[in-house]
Amino acid sequence: MNIYFEQIIDLYQHPRNFGRLKKPTVSHEEVNVFCGDKIRMDLGIKNDQIIDVAFGGSGCAISIASASLLTDMVHGKKLALVKKITKENLLQSLNIELTPTRLKCAWLSWEVLQKALKKL
Amino acid sequence: MLSVTRIRQDFPILKRKINGHPLVYFDNAATSQKPQIVIDAIKNYYENYNANVHRGVHTLANEATMAYEESREKIKKFINAKSTKEIIFTKNDTEAINLVAYAWGRNHLKKGDEILLSVTEHHSNLVPWQILAKEKGAKLKFIDIDKEGNLDLNSFIKNLNSKTKLVALVWISNTLGTINPVAKLIKLSHQNGSLVLIDGAQYVPHQQTNVQKIDCDFLVFTGHKMLGPMGTGVLYAKEKILEEMPPFLAGGDMIREVYLEKTIYNDLPYKFEAGTPNVGDFIALGTATTYLNSVGLLQIRDHEKKLTLYTLKKMSEIKNVEIYGPSDVNNRGGIVAFNIAGVHPHDVASIFDDYGIAIRSGHHCTMPLHQRLKLTASCRASFYLYNTTDEIDCLLNAILKVKKVFGVK
Ligand SMILES: Cc1ncc(COP(=O)(O)O)c(C=O)c1O
Repeated sequence: MNIYFEQIIDLYQHPRNFGRLKKPTVSHEEVNVFCGDKIRMDLGIKNDQIIDVAFGGSGCAISIASASLLTDMVHGKKLALVKKITKENLLQSLNIELTPTRLKCAWLSWEVLQKALKKL
Repeated sequence: MLSVTRIRQDFPILKRKINGHPLVYFDNAATSQKPQIVIDAIKNYYENYNANVHRGVHTLANEATMAYEESREKIKKFINAKSTKEIIFTKNDTEAINLVAYAWGRNHLKKGDEILLSVTEHHSNLVPWQILAKEKGAKLKFIDIDKEGNLDLNSFIKNLNSKTKLVALVWISNTLGTINPVAKLIKLSHQNGSLVLIDGAQYVPHQQTNVQKIDCDFLVFTGHKMLGPMGTGVLYAKEKILEEMPPFLAGGDMIREVYLEKTIYNDLPYKFEAGTPNVGDFIALGTATTYLNSVGLLQIRDHEKKLTLYTLKKMSEIKNVEIYGPSDVNNRGGIVAFNIAGVHPHDVASIFDDYGIAIRSGHHCTMPLHQRLKLTASCRASFYLYNTTDEIDCLLNAILKVKKVFGVK
């Protein structure tokens, strides 16, 4: 089962929104207990809208590509819409089939986002 | 010389195809595969003489008890213990360590005492001591490693002092493969008045073990890494120490006489085996030791040494691959941890799986060691008696494939 399509490798090697926000409204980090990978997400929020987003951490191609896509998905969106993004939405934009253990990699960034929003 | 071709025929799972390729099983440090006679031993037990042990007078109960105790005798011989009283069956390596932490630790440690561990310990030989230390106000100290991942002897000597009540050390690191010179360390610890627990999870399955020779106070290991079934762990401890220890779990089987207000505990080793044990699987573990003996532990070690030497040599010729652990195979078991520059171990393992190759990726339950090495994760290939150099060639090829996918030079 090949999951290493060009898009994934490209997002992994050149992730979008990678780095830190100077003054995030909220920030959250989670560890994948299965492998120790870490993803952190910073959100800049104004008037219930995500005006800025950045992520960091270390992870496999799947978790980094997924975080990269997710940050793109939420950038500029109203919080109400962001809260509606499901794990399946994220998987659809990754456009690969994953085994259960690798699903955890793909979903890590989504979990980070959910927990960050809960802190608001 | 091992006849690997013949040995491979004993392991049904090796006939499996994974993603269209023959299975190349290099995750032996996580768990070993099982030969047909071990699988048959379990089947035979349940088909022919399944009964509870140590309590019935009927034929099946007698047969089951005899086979179960015969297995204890085999394991006693396998590690050259003095007596079967010193062989306690547990669920796994982890439970055996917890047993010592609970039953010995809670009664022998006091505030200010120290437990000396190494930075290479598996979480199972770290977390129980953290809990115990917290409860007792004791302190954990850590032996460092040198650049190659060998234990730093100076760090050991520096940390050993009059407060050190216990030294708990891994025999072979499950990540670096380092073989620790336990006999020497045990001698120094004893001269200091400290007891020693050795985590033999990665040693006992692969090399000849002689507890009387190394003189450890406790040795723990786990059956599923030595061709036996899961759910079979062993605690060896010197009889005198076990006699002084209170029980771990309480209930049936561990008692001699029970009154409503008090209980007289059973003799060794039963004092530490409460409740109905995992009879069938321990019988099969005995069969696994018979199989290992028939192949020969010296031969197995020799074979793994050759595989490791070949791997280290060939892998180090590949650009942008970093290998961890000792370069001298005399100080190293059949374990090779590595990373491909710029590629996460999970991605390596996923691509390997496309070619039927099973390796471990992650921190292998040694997070502190990875932190010490400034790594988040690594890939790990680990060998056993049925592996071949052809399989290692498959792995080397797969590394090239990974590098291609990720555009690594
Ligand atoms: C060095 C070492 N210690 C302890 C363990 C734990 O063994 P178990 O999971 O069978 O308790 C392992 C294996 O996972 C190991 O490699």
